[in-house]
Amino acid sequence: MDFLPTLWFILIAVLWTGYLFLEGFDLGVGMLMKVFARDEKERRLLLNTVGPVWDGNEVWLITAGGATFAAFPFWYASLFSSLYIPLVFVLLALIFRAVAFEYRGKVHHDTWRRVWDWAIGIGSLVAAFGIGAMLALTTTGLPLDANGDRVGGPFAWFTWYAVLGGMAVVAFCLLQAAAFLALKTDGDVRLRARRLVGRWLAVGLLPLAVWAIAVAVSNGKWFSWVLLAVAVAAAAVAWAANLRGREGLSFLALGAFLLLGSSTIFSGVFPVVLPSTLNPAWNLTIANASSSPYTLGLMSIVAAVGVPLVLAYQAWTYWIFRKRISTAHLPEPHDFAPAVGRGDAAAAAAGGS
Amino acid sequence: MEALDIARWQFGIVTVYHFLMVPLTIGLGLLVAVLQTVWHRTGREEYLRATKFWGKLFLINFIMGVATGIVQEFQFGMAWSQYSRFVGDVFGAPLAMESLLAFFVESTFLGLWIFGWKKLAAKVHLACLWIAVCGSVVSAYFILVANSWMQHPVGVKMVDGYPHMVDAWAVFTNNTALVAFFHTITGALAVAGAFLLGISWYHLWRRRHDGIDTVDAAGRVVVGESDTIPGRSKLDHSVWIKSLRIGAVVAMIAFAGSAVSGDMSGKLMFEQQPMKMAAAEAACHDGTSFSVLSIGDLSSRDCSKVVAVMEIPGLLSFLAHNDFTTDIKGVNTLVPEYQAKYGTNVPDNPIYGDRAGQPINYVPVMPVTYWGFRMMIGFGGLAALASAVALFATRKGTVPRPKWIMRLALLGILAPFGANAAGWIFTEMGRQPFVVAPNPSMSGIDQVFMFTAAAVSPGVSAGEMIFSLAALASVYAVLLVVEVVLLAKYIRGGVPSAMPELGHAPGGEGDRGDAPDGDGDDVLAFAY
Repeated sequence: MDFLPTLWFILIAVLWTGYLFLEGFDLGVGMLMKVFARDEKERRLLLNTVGPVWDGNEVWLITAGGATFAAFPFWYASLFSSLYIPLVFVLLALIFRAVAFEYRGKVHHDTWRRVWDWAIGIGSLVAAFGIGAMLALTTTGLPLDANGDRVGGPFAWFTWYAVLGGMAVVAFCLLQAAAFLALKTDGDVRLRARRLVGRWLAVGLLPLAVWAIAVAVSNGKWFSWVLLAVAVAAAAVAWAANLRGREGLSFLALGAFLLLGSSTIFSGVFPVVLPSTLNPAWNLTIANASSSPYTLGLMSIVAAVGVPLVLAYQAWTYWIFRKRISTAHLPEPHDFAPAVGRGDAAAAAAGGS
Repeated sequence: MEALDIARWQFGIVTVYHFLMVPLTIGLGLLVAVLQTVWHRTGREEYLRATKFWGKLFLINFIMGVATGIVQEFQFGMAWSQYSRFVGDVFGAPLAMESLLAFFVESTFLGLWIFGWKKLAAKVHLACLWIAVCGSVVSAYFILVANSWMQHPVGVKMVDGYPHMVDAWAVFTNNTALVAFFHTITGALAVAGAFLLGISWYHLWRRRHDGIDTVDAAGRVVVGESDTIPGRSKLDHSVWIKSLRIGAVVAMIAFAGSAVSGDMSGKLMFEQQPMKMAAAEAACHDGTSFSVLSIGDLSSRDCSKVVAVMEIPGLLSFLAHNDFTTDIKGVNTLVPEYQAKYGTNVPDNPIYGDRAGQPINYVPVMPVTYWGFRMMIGFGGLAALASAVALFATRKGTVPRPKWIMRLALLGILAPFGANAAGWIFTEMGRQPFVVAPNPSMSGIDQVFMFTAAAVSPGVSAGEMIFSLAALASVYAVLLVVEVVLLAKYIRGGVPSAMPELGHAPGGEGDRGDAPDGDGDDVLAFAY
């Protein structure tokens, strides 16, 4: 077994899992802005629970993409070009969502805020669905030819697996977001979020479990079932902890479920990184898709320094912003008068840049 | 249009657009960090106000850079899969390092800075900004390492037709990259300098226009104050005049730096990509003259219709070799050389589609390279010159009354943006028809190259490309309008737009009018 490609396969699986664990709840909070928050104050509360951290979370996606490019260029090239259309939607969704986070509160106007609320809600939904579909397809296969290019047209990727993966990530994000809100807020929102977790836990985890089971069945590795059994136990812990109001434990147990689920999936497909549904001989594997040992070695050194550092300072960030917040903590939104002479309105109107 | 042409237009559009935000992020980030440091050291209120105001504009711009940056990374795989396969072993590494060592730092510590006012100790809060800004600078280094490898491939050997990295030191200390890094940072500072200058000028002009500041008989400013207009205290005058001077000085130093680094870059390019520099000059025949103006049909690509109207003898030779007598090879000499080395026709490989077997045109699109090169230098020099004039015009503490000068100062903000965009368009278009350029000189590895025509994703249809180009371009256009409108609103609002506590009318309620009930925690210092 090639040591370095295996190491990098594991590292990329870790990056994707880290991405889903962290951005999972901020994508979910974004979706909940439209369906869970009852008024403007609650929408702002939701937004500010993830305000300081969402951008750092998103870098996990960029790093997962970049690491795939560096370590497995053939995997990166085939996966991203095959999923051209869905990834365009993911990109647009991420663009709107990012800009919305920053711009929403910058103008004190209802329509302005409503437009950006939609951008956050739909952006989060589309991004989660698209990423989920992509991950499901890389574990179940795409119609690739010998060169690794997609055949069958722009929508050849659209299969039940894509839908399943999309639903799995969307549902998990929503659930994780509810658990996060129960942990991070206070007052009415906290209670309602906790109730949401209790009611929807099984439904929220089901599609992810189905995806993991599908991979386990088709790859036939015995330890898949062990991992899945532990995952179910983690889900039970999450449910029980939530019932007793132990929100931190509940949140972490959901994270454990994700970790076990993704371990089942990635270890199940190993050493294949992207199967071809047309001919198994055209599968991309850690052997034929990877970079040279020199590059992998170099990147391993960088990762050995970089990843612990990232974990350390991101953990510190969460520690800094660990306090629960409630609607009462939010400063009043302010609008400002332009610094132009008020007695001189005509000149002011003409002086704009 | 074919998929290849659409993919190229798309790459050009989204990259130039992304690079409107990037230099402002890097340059303004550095300046805001300096302003906050001065405030931290001296405790003087005007520097806090300047930090808050410029910091707000920085953030409005920063997020657009973040949002459009993801497209940059994804599109290599999406639209240029063949390129990604070919270069992945060496090109992917700096990209991955950029995410792991720079983007994480930038995003995480900027989040701490935005939300950390009053929450973090002042020193820690300042350190967070510096760390975030260093992250942006480091990210520029890594991406330029990647780009410079396309201009000057080093540190690899060919294995089964693919370049494999064998010398990371060579890749990460590529002379092209080091010079480009220096050139990019100075270009970014020029953008930020002109930004400070133009906007500060506008505010000083408003104060004079509203009769708040006046001048005495000697022309010296008499700083006034308005009780009724927020952001019009005496302290605000200090914010603007200091910002203006900092901006002007930074813009001038930055231009000097970009001239030096640009000259170094040019000398490397004459050696590494002689065709690019010949095309920059529309120089058909060998010679030593720098073209000040060439007319005729630059796009003819065969040089027969280019007429040099005005030339400076010896200057081109100086730009390339630091002497006035060395002949620089022109297009007519270079084309046969390139044909001998890299073939006259596109290889008969299915990868090239309809292009297989067709003759290769080694001459880049000359109107673009010729004018791109001149616009880069022209806009950059213009901004530096304007900065010097501005510094002189404001030596007595305020700006002249005429409105048109104020408008010029605002318009001047665009000049360094134009210089940056023109420079990138020149260097990327000048590399064509290659995506990875072969270096005929000794320093490059001659046989590492890739034609752009071979780089595009074979499995992606023209229809998909058109869809993404249309979607991205229209969304980008809308967001550019939104960003500019938002920037304009905050600029016009002045300091109170970033410091709401200053913005209330006298006798109005304080910012913290709504005290939280319940557990008595403090209201957050900042919230979205």
